[in-house]
Amino acid sequence: MGRFVARRLLVAIPTLLAISFVMYAILALAPIDPLAGFAADPRVPPEVRENIRRSLGLDEAWPYRYVKWLLAAVQGNFGISFVSRSSVSDLLWQRLPTTLAVVGVAYIVGVIIALPAGILSAARRNTVTDHVISLSAYIGFSVPTFFTGVLLIIIFSIKLHWLTFLYDSRVTVHDLDSLVVQIKQSIMPIAVLGLFDAAILTRYIRASMLENLPLDYVRTAHAKGLAERLVVLRHVLRNSLIPVVTLVALGVPAVFGGAIVTEQIFHVPGIGALLITSIGNGDTPVVTAVVLIFAVLVVGFNLIADVLYAVLDPRVKYT
Amino acid sequence: MATAAKVSPASAGRSAVVLRAQRSLWQDAWHTFSRDRLAVTGLVVLAVITLGALVGPYVWSDQGKEIDFGLSLSGPSLAHPFGNDDLGRDLLARAMLGARVSLAVGVSAVVLAITLGTTIGAVAGYFGRLDNPLMRLTDLFLSLPVLPLLLVLVYLFKDTLQRTIGLELGTFIMIVSVIGFLNWMPTARLVRASFLTLKQREFVEAARSVGAPHGRIIFRHILPNSLSPVLVAATIGIGGAIITESTLSFLGLGFPPDQPTLGRILYEAVNYLDFAPHWAIVPGLAIFLIVLAINFIGDGLRDALDPRRKI
Repeated sequence: MGRFVARRLLVAIPTLLAISFVMYAILALAPIDPLAGFAADPRVPPEVRENIRRSLGLDEAWPYRYVKWLLAAVQGNFGISFVSRSSVSDLLWQRLPTTLAVVGVAYIVGVIIALPAGILSAARRNTVTDHVISLSAYIGFSVPTFFTGVLLIIIFSIKLHWLTFLYDSRVTVHDLDSLVVQIKQSIMPIAVLGLFDAAILTRYIRASMLENLPLDYVRTAHAKGLAERLVVLRHVLRNSLIPVVTLVALGVPAVFGGAIVTEQIFHVPGIGALLITSIGNGDTPVVTAVVLIFAVLVVGFNLIADVLYAVLDPRVKYT
Repeated sequence: MATAAKVSPASAGRSAVVLRAQRSLWQDAWHTFSRDRLAVTGLVVLAVITLGALVGPYVWSDQGKEIDFGLSLSGPSLAHPFGNDDLGRDLLARAMLGARVSLAVGVSAVVLAITLGTTIGAVAGYFGRLDNPLMRLTDLFLSLPVLPLLLVLVYLFKDTLQRTIGLELGTFIMIVSVIGFLNWMPTARLVRASFLTLKQREFVEAARSVGAPHGRIIFRHILPNSLSPVLVAATIGIGGAIITESTLSFLGLGFPPDQPTLGRILYEAVNYLDFAPHWAIVPGLAIFLIVLAINFIGDGLRDALDPRRKI
């Protein structure tokens, strides 16, 4: 088992290296000047611009810069933001917990909705319950996340005046009142992502249960007189969740993509919003770092899913 | 596609007892498909929207370009059934133009992704030596953070392409190729998997034994038989590509403002949600309907083309 994890880790590292290299190369070779902002400023003479370029190390060849950047990045140093003049890693550490909290809570909400929905839908196949659940799941993953967000704002903020749609990052939880404020402003961003996750998970769970239901071990369980409830919950469900783990891992990039959109709509200060702002500002060091963080998150969750799959399914050989 | 029917084991088995006129594999698939109510509904909805997007701008007198501040942000009326935006432009006309761009982007991006994916999958599945490196490449692409990378690529190459090819065509080519290049992986895996199984089958062995060259075996014998999962993936991929394009436009990194796409219209509407919610609902609902219809069609196709479901 330990060797299996180690092997998977050894595969994950070259993947990350390759991603970071490709990304850095794209950014370095792209026809965009990171100092274009200075070029438009008549107060900055060309020789000063050259000096700034040299002081930022931009006059060196990009493969050399990549190695230097990588060595620093491994130690958690992503350089200095061109725009805010603060360290990129500080910016990341301020923003990352928010994103992870929103994505994580949304995922839990998604699982809480999807588990009973998927089980019910599969156990009562081709009944009205199943049709309603399947159709809702269909609708859930066909609505783009940005439209769900806009709809929630129209309904709950503008028509009903229940919730505010601007996330206030200054709110800190210290008593009951501020906790209520925090919950009220988090409901919509989490709901957008959570409903999307729930829709996808429901479909996966339903499909996986349907594959297991006609198998022999289920018939055996029925034959020895087990109650339907126990057969479904104790036998079928456990086996059905194994493939779901892999499918969930494949969906991780989509989940983080959804997080970027959600943060943008509700002005949640996470790394997705940071990416959009930095792209707008041409802040290359921040852009590079954020994309790398997203890559690390995606590869990391894939790794966790692989290991979990091996733990859950004894038929998987640890090779 | 007659070859597909001839070599398919499903039709070979059925021919033993012929009680009705023989149907080809595709007629058979259509028969199953046409009984799927959701899939047919999806097909009708998509056909109506596509027709509206293609023909609508010629039929509807308003071109969505006339600025009339008297109508600014006004809701649906008889003259303007979907209402107007902040400049008083007709939203029905703009939505039709937007749907046209969105559908064009979706279809072109998927054509690119499918071509790439099929080529890579076929090469990996057929030529064993290239299998491992190509599949490692596929895994690498699968673990890319797609949306952040899309945003960065669009930001980096937008200006250059727009300067060299022109604003609208440049953006179109860029968005299509970026979406296509980041979405070929599922197809490659599907094609590789079916190439690996089909390669071992008797009819391929027979073709090889009579001296058919690799190209003929691949294109004439294996490829037609591995197309049905690709067709399903392509259908559903169009929906995904439309959502991706709308997301880019919604984040302000898609098409230029004077070219309405559904995502772009929604992006402009977001600041006016309190005065004119209809402005946001029209493009949002349009995207939703297109994607939902496509997903229903894709699911119907999957049921119709999957030989395991037929007895």
